[in-house]
Amino acid sequence: MMSDRVLGGVGLALAVFYAWAATIIPEPFSSDAIGPDGFPMIIAAILGVSSIYFVLKPDPEPQWPSLNRLAEIGFALLVMFAYAQVLPVLGFVFATVIITAYLTWRLGARPLTAIFNGVGTSVGLFVLFELIFGLSLADGPLGF
Amino acid sequence: MDTFVSLYEGFAVALTWQNLLLALLGCFLGTMMGALPGLGPANGVAILIPLAFTFGLSAIAALILLTSVYYGAMYGGRISSILLNIPGDEPAMMTCLDGYPMAQAGRAGEALALSGVASFVGAFFATWGLVFLAPLLVQIALLFGPGEYFVLYTLAFATLGGIAATNQAKSAFAAALGIGIAMIGVDTQTGVQRFTFGEVHLYDGIDFLIAIVGLFALSEVFVFLEHRGGREEGKDEAKMKIGRVTPSWKVLRYCTPAMIRSTVLGFLAGVLPGAGASLGSFLAYSVEKQVSDPRSETFGKGDPRGVAAPEAGNNAASGGALVPMLALGVPGSGTTAVLLAVLLTLNIQPGPLLFQNNPDVVWGLIAALFIANFMLLALNIPMVGIFTRVLLVPTHILMPIVAMIAFIGIYSITGSTFELTMMVLFGALGWVLRKLDVPLVPIILGILLGNEMEVNLRRAMTISNGEWTTLFDSWLAIVLWTIAIVGFVLPIFLGKRVKKRMKEAEEEGPLSD
Repeated sequence: MMSDRVLGGVGLALAVFYAWAATIIPEPFSSDAIGPDGFPMIIAAILGVSSIYFVLKPDPEPQWPSLNRLAEIGFALLVMFAYAQVLPVLGFVFATVIITAYLTWRLGARPLTAIFNGVGTSVGLFVLFELIFGLSLADGPLGF
Repeated sequence: MDTFVSLYEGFAVALTWQNLLLALLGCFLGTMMGALPGLGPANGVAILIPLAFTFGLSAIAALILLTSVYYGAMYGGRISSILLNIPGDEPAMMTCLDGYPMAQAGRAGEALALSGVASFVGAFFATWGLVFLAPLLVQIALLFGPGEYFVLYTLAFATLGGIAATNQAKSAFAAALGIGIAMIGVDTQTGVQRFTFGEVHLYDGIDFLIAIVGLFALSEVFVFLEHRGGREEGKDEAKMKIGRVTPSWKVLRYCTPAMIRSTVLGFLAGVLPGAGASLGSFLAYSVEKQVSDPRSETFGKGDPRGVAAPEAGNNAASGGALVPMLALGVPGSGTTAVLLAVLLTLNIQPGPLLFQNNPDVVWGLIAALFIANFMLLALNIPMVGIFTRVLLVPTHILMPIVAMIAFIGIYSITGSTFELTMMVLFGALGWVLRKLDVPLVPIILGILLGNEMEVNLRRAMTISNGEWTTLFDSWLAIVLWTIAIVGFVLPIFLGKRVKKRMKEAEEEGPLSD
């Protein structure tokens, strides 16, 4: 119940924000019958109406994971963000060893298996994609 | 006759060594992805699109590779259904019902072989259906003006939830979200910036591949983190003993009527808007049960017909789903939406003009589907043992690799941290929305079709000088509106019941089709 109401609230805020953002689209020099903001306004309306429906008639509450599972997902999210940031700095091979080992470990492998999978995946994908297929993956200080 | 000439020319395009090799590779990868729980046709194809693109394959070669993956995944889904009672993807869930009991009775090899043949029959005849039906649909589509196209897109969104949708408001919300995202960037008609807030990275809009890979592939990693360990049980060597894998003629003949009925049903379910492969296999199984076993004496206890029917049905549906996707440019399911993304990445706009301007692409693709079918039959009967080994790879090894391939793919087309970050955000969003039962497919379709939809609306309005009635003033438009409204309203009354019956049969698969 509560989750759908929250979704409705967020959706409604998004619809209002979207409609506002549509009103500040600069006036083009030559315009057609409905202009660049007409269709987005319709979309904002659909977002808004369906969000109101969620608030009024919410579905049964989904089964949310326990707090530590939620934290687990949050940490994985952070690690992935960090990966996107450090990729150009560390280079593909090192960054990928770290993130793959982390994910493998958190998905339930023993630490040693995790490290093996990290190194294996990273080197394997590097050989496959950069050396064999010739994609350019992110280069680190050592050139890989 | 024209059709056969075109098809012949299609084979001339498809039958090169490189294309055959790509088809074989695609079939192999596809079967593997279909077999693995957590990787289905939609996310399997999704993570491969950016790679096929950056390898610099020609349009037809990339298409052959990725559609082979698509067909392969449909074949592969049955393997874990039969051996582990876990559907490899959602359309394969009906196969659990009789496939797993057969395996428990020591007839796993027989069930695998039979379902392989049934998959072949379904997919093969559905591809023939595609050959004949798609050109007919093209003839109708040529009558469409911009107004009709706008209504057609509306219809696609209205019916996307399908008959089993339980909450149409959530489908509408998801579609609006997707279309809203598509609006970001330069307005193609007037050249002004919309919703970019001065962020340079947003000027070209958000690449739909980032959204697809994030929503489909990365969100799966979060789902596995949430259920860590929960899905690993039951994987052991003992269950992988499958015995002899040759179908006996007796069983095949016994199941032939079931396969024929299911192929027809599945194909129709695939062509119609809002159905797709999951409903195809569900319908095929239910009807077969009504016809062959009305007192439920053998179905659910390992009846071979209960294995043949849903497999023929779901593979026929996946062929049928290609009809509206190719002829109208409007996909009816998640997997075909991903295939639409493939075409758009390659700068091919599907629809009636594709058949006129690039017949080599259309017919080459169809020829490739035929070739893929025979390869899959060959791969899936004698070599099914290889794919069952794949099932032994633990999830904690597999999912990180999937995530990394997703990162490599997006990095290879954008080369930027900003886009990687956005993909991660889409992954998290996908997980939350799946929790809240908001379907992801309309979001993807919205991002893919949003701009076309707007362009057609504005064109129609310009022609009519701003008269909104232009959207209702042809019989074609009125027919399309009627289907759209019925398709949107009907599930409100029937959805809960259909969903309940599907759920009773099996708990939900990893990703909706």
